[in-house]
Amino acid sequence: MSFIDYNLPVLIVIVPLLGGLLSVLWGTLFGPRRDLSWGWAMLVAAAELALVLKMVGTVVDSATGSVVYNMGSWPGPWGIEYRVDYLNAFVLLVVAGIGAATILFARHSVHDEIPHDRSHVFYGVWLLCLTGLVGITITGDTFNVYVLLEITSLTSYALIAMGKDRDRRALLAALRYLILGSIGASFILLGIGYLLMLTGTLNMEDMHNTLIAIPDLATNRTVLVAFAFLLVGLSLKSALFPLHMWLPGAYTYAPSAISAFLASTATKVGIYMAFRFMYTIFGRHYSIEVLPGHLVLLACAAAAIIVPNLSAIRQTEVKRLLAFSSAGQIGYMVMGFALANEDGMTGSIVHLFNHAAMKGGMFLAIGAVIYRVGSAHITDLNGLGKRMPWTMGAFSIGGLGLAGFPLTAGFISKWYLIKGCLTAGYWYLAVLVLFASLLAVIYVWKMLERIWFTEPDESTAHIKEAPPTMLIATWGLILTSLYFGVHAEFTVGMAQKAAAFLLEVTP
Amino acid sequence: MSVLLSFAGTYNYAIYIILMMIGFYGVIAKKNLIKQALGLGLFSTGLFLFYISMGVFDGGTAPVWRAVHEGGHALKDAGPYDNPLTHVLILTAIVVSVSTLAVALAIIVNIQRAYGTIEEDEIRAIEAGLHPEEEVA
Repeated sequence: MSFIDYNLPVLIVIVPLLGGLLSVLWGTLFGPRRDLSWGWAMLVAAAELALVLKMVGTVVDSATGSVVYNMGSWPGPWGIEYRVDYLNAFVLLVVAGIGAATILFARHSVHDEIPHDRSHVFYGVWLLCLTGLVGITITGDTFNVYVLLEITSLTSYALIAMGKDRDRRALLAALRYLILGSIGASFILLGIGYLLMLTGTLNMEDMHNTLIAIPDLATNRTVLVAFAFLLVGLSLKSALFPLHMWLPGAYTYAPSAISAFLASTATKVGIYMAFRFMYTIFGRHYSIEVLPGHLVLLACAAAAIIVPNLSAIRQTEVKRLLAFSSAGQIGYMVMGFALANEDGMTGSIVHLFNHAAMKGGMFLAIGAVIYRVGSAHITDLNGLGKRMPWTMGAFSIGGLGLAGFPLTAGFISKWYLIKGCLTAGYWYLAVLVLFASLLAVIYVWKMLERIWFTEPDESTAHIKEAPPTMLIATWGLILTSLYFGVHAEFTVGMAQKAAAFLLEVTP
Repeated sequence: MSVLLSFAGTYNYAIYIILMMIGFYGVIAKKNLIKQALGLGLFSTGLFLFYISMGVFDGGTAPVWRAVHEGGHALKDAGPYDNPLTHVLILTAIVVSVSTLAVALAIIVNIQRAYGTIEEDEIRAIEAGLHPEEEVA
C-alpha cells in the first residue's frame, strides 16, 4: 500500500488546510498576485477532487463498505477516528466537485468583485472553508465535528462579508448568519456535551454502542435533552424552516462564486450531520420509534417545501429568489430522511447530489450575468437569451431540473421521495411534494419567460457571452445533473447502499 | 429540603443556564450590535462552565502523580482526579469563541464604516429608505 493510499482519508483534510494557509502566507510575504492565488487554489481544489475520487473508489471496492483511518495510529475510541462509508464518500464527492467547479469559475468573478490586494486571503479562506466541510463529512468523532463546523462557519462568515464591496448589505447578512450560526453551533456542542456526560466517549460508534446499552434509554431525560439540542442546532445549520431566515440574505449578498459554493455545500453538509446524529449515533430505534423525532422533522419539512417556495415566487432579485428556492429544497432532503424508509432516504441522499449540481450551476450562471451585466435584478434577464445564449441555456436546464422535469436529475430524486412517502403511508405528503414542484414551475417560468420570450433592450447590445472558464464550470455542473438524470445508476446505487447501511447497522 | 440539597450539588449547572440565558437575551433584545456580540460571548461562557462542571469528581485534583510515603517507600499515586478531557475540549471551544467574537467585531467595524452607526434600528431605517421594495438582510 502506497503512502497516499494508506493516508488517503487524512490527506483529504490536510491538502486544502495547508493549501489555504500557504495561499495567505505566500501573498503576505511576496505581495498579492491575483492569478497566482487563483492558480494555486485551482490546483489544490483539483488535487482534492482527485483524492476524493480515489477515496470513493476505495470505499466502493472495500468488502465492508467502510474505510477506517486511525489518527496517529491510535485506535478509536481513544484516538480520533476517520470513518468513510457510502454516505460520506458521496457527500465528499459533492463538496469536492462543487469546490473545484466554483474555484474554476471564480477567476474572472473574483477579479471583478474582490479588491486586488485581498485575493490571496480570499482564496486562502475559501480553501479553509473547504477543509472544514470535508472534515465534518469524513470524521468519526463528535467533537471533531464541532471544531470543523466552526472552521466552516467562521470562514463562511468572512467570505460572505467580503461581498461588501459590491453591496454593503453583505455585512449585515454576514453578521446575522454569524449570530444565528454561533447559537446553532453552541446548541450542537451542548448536545454533544450531554452525550459525553452520559457515555464518556466522543467516538460516534462507541457512543452509539454505549447509548443503546442504557437500560432506561426510552425514558432517560439526559438523552432527550441532548437530542433536542442537537435537533435545533442542526436545523439552524442546515436552514430548515422555520430556522432558515439567515439563508436568503447570506446567499444574496455573498460574492457570486461563494453563493454558488455555499448554496451547494454548506447546508448539504448540515443535512449530512443530521443523518449521522439521528441514525449513526442515536440510532433509528431511538430517533424514530422511541421519540417521534421524525414527525417534528416531517412537519417542518412539509412547511419548508411550501413557504420558502411561495416567498421565492415574490422575489425580484434573482440570487435571492434562488436562495429562497434553496431553503425550499432543504425541505425535500429533510423529508426524505425523516421518512426513515429506504426509498425516502435514497431520494434524500440523491437529492443532496442533484440539487448541489443544479443549484450550483444556476448560481454560477447568475454569477456570469453579474459579471457581464453588473446586477441580477429580474428585469436584467429580459432578452438575455439572445445576448448570452450559453449561460442562459445552462440556467434554464438547471431551472427545469429544480421543477423536476423528466430527464433532469430533479425528477429522479422526486421520484424516490414520492415513492418513499407512499411506502410510509403519507400519501398527502406525496401530494404536497407535487404541489411544491408546481410552485417551482411558477418561479422558474417567471425567469425563463423573460430570458427567452422578451425582446432585448437596445441598451444591452454591448453584453457578450461569459468567458470560457465560467462557461466550462457552469456547464460542467449542469451536464453532470443532466447525465445523472438519465443514467442514475451510479448516484442512486450509492444512495441506496448508504440508506441500507444507515438503516441496517442501526437496528 | 431535598430540593435545596440537590440544588447545592448542582448549582454550577443552574449558573450555566442563567449565564446562557442572559447572553441569549442580549443577542435577541439588544439593538446595539456590540451588545449583541457581547451577549454571544456570554452565551458561550455559560457553555464553558457546563463542560468544566461535567468533569468534576468528588475530592478530585489535577491529574498529576503525587508522591505518597508509606513505610519508608515512596509510592506514586494519582488519587481521584478530575476528568481532564472536558477541560481540553473547552480550551478548544474557548479558542473558537474568541475567534467568533473577533470576526463579529471585525464585521461590526466594517458596518460602522459603511453606515456610520451600529444601531440595528438606524441601519434598517437607512436600508428601508434606499431599497423600499426589498427586505433588509
